[in-house]
Formats: sequence, C-alpha cells, structure tokens
Amino acid sequence: MIIYMLCLVLFSIGLYCVLRKRNIIKIIIGIGIMEYAVNLFFILIGYVEGGRSPIYEHGQTMMKMVDPLAQVIVLTSIVLGLSVTLLLVSIAIKIYEKYGTFDITKINRLKG
Amino acid sequence: MIEMYILLIFMITAAIIAVAAKDLLSSVVAIGAVGIGLAMAFLVLKAPDLAIMQLVVEILSLIILVRATTRKDLPFNISGRWVFNTLATILFAVVFLVSAYASLKFMPDLGSPLMRVSKVYLSEGLVRTGAMNIVAAINLNYRALDTLGEATMLFAAIIGVLAVARKIGRKG
Repeated sequence: MIIYMLCLVLFSIGLYCVLRKRNIIKIIIGIGIMEYAVNLFFILIGYVEGGRSPIYEHGQTMMKMVDPLAQVIVLTSIVLGLSVTLLLVSIAIKIYEKYGTFDITKINRLKG
Repeated sequence: MIEMYILLIFMITAAIIAVAAKDLLSSVVAIGAVGIGLAMAFLVLKAPDLAIMQLVVEILSLIILVRATTRKDLPFNISGRWVFNTLATILFAVVFLVSAYASLKFMPDLGSPLMRVSKVYLSEGLVRTGAMNIVAAINLNYRALDTLGEATMLFAAIIGVLAVARKIGRKG
C-alpha cells in the first residue's frame, strides 16, 4: 500500500510539473515522469510475492511466476513513450525557431 | 521489499530535482537518473526484458532531450496570479492523491494479483507457442495485433517528426 502511494506521489510530481511550469522542455520532462510512474504502477500491480520472472527453464523448481501480461503492455508503452517524446521535442524545437522562446505565455501571436 | 522503498525514494528525489533545477541540462540529467532507477526497479520486480528496454529507451530519449536544451530555465517571477495558480495546482494534486488512496483499498494487495487472463497464458503458453519466454510468447503470438499497432504508431510518429522538422520555403 505504501509502495503504491509512493508511486502515485511520483505521478503527482510530474502532474505539478506539467500544470505549473512555463518552459516547454520542463513540461516534456513532466510528461516523462508521469509516464515512468504509470509504467511502474502496472508492473507493481502484476508483482507476485516470491515469484520468478516469466521465463521457463529446464529443471526449475520454483513455479510461481509474476504476471506476464502487465509486462507485455508496459513493453508497448515504453516504446510509444519514446516516440511521443521524439514528436514533442521536435515540435518544441520548431516553436523555438519560430518564436525565439520556450515560454508558453509568450507564444501568443499569430505568425504564418 | 526494502529495495523498492530505496529505489522509489531515489526516484522521487531525482524527480523533485528535475522539476526544481534552474538549469535545463541538469534537469535532463536528473530525469535520466529517474529512468535508470526505473530500470533497476524493473529488475527487482522480476521483469528483465523491460529493464533492458527501459535502459535503451532512456539513453535514446536523453540524447533527444539534450538536443533541445539550448537555454537556461525561465527566470522566476511572481507576477500575474502566481499564488492562485500554485495553490490550485497543489490542491489538484492533493485531491488526486486522496481519491487514489480511497480507491486503492478496493485493489488486491501488493504481491497477490488476480491474474485471471495470465493463468491461461502461463499454463498453456509453453505448449502452444513453444517459446520459453512467456513475455515474448504473448507479445508475438497471443497479442501480435497489439504489436503490429505499436509498430504502426512508431512509424506514424516518425512521419510526424519528419513533417514537423522539414525545412519549408527554402529555394535553391
């Protein structure tokens, strides 16, 4: 229970960073922190006490395994997180080229 | 589970440093520390495939983020509705944490998940697919369409990056 709450505290730090910061790169970093927290939460839900990793071996004696489905879903989520970060950073660089600033309160004039 | 406490406190500390740092480069380095801590947490939680994947993805995203850190963070100013905005954000986070605490009571405890679907995969996976690694068996056999969608989205994101980062209006 305390581990779950620590994981959600990590999520809320990312939430604070996204909602309150004015620099676009800081906002991307906050999105990354939230993503890490959600991935960790999925794996924590699938953890079995005293289990082993879901890989069979010849002559094994310990048969209890952790949840493989949560690991598959998080595997997909990690790769998609990388592509989302790539897209966000390229949009941020484009905004910096166009407006000369990373401040989201200054990006308010039409220019095209 | 003492390792998980240590790793989570390390990750929370690094995240706070990443949010509060004035220099953008040190902020990016701090989020790299969060990602490495996450990879170690995956190892502790018996997910070696994910630990490898997280390490590779973390290094790549760190390189991408370093490209974007050309300036320092914005100067701290308390003009506008600074107090109201900060209080509203913190109130939102606190409401989120309280409601999460209330709803966590209805979830199974840590270490005893339901695993209603995974039981079938674990008992029949080796016989049906012939893969020793059950994660690979699910990823490439039971949920292959999911993996196809993942690859499609990855290439869509790359096309999006190429469309955004393209230089337009240059002649000659």
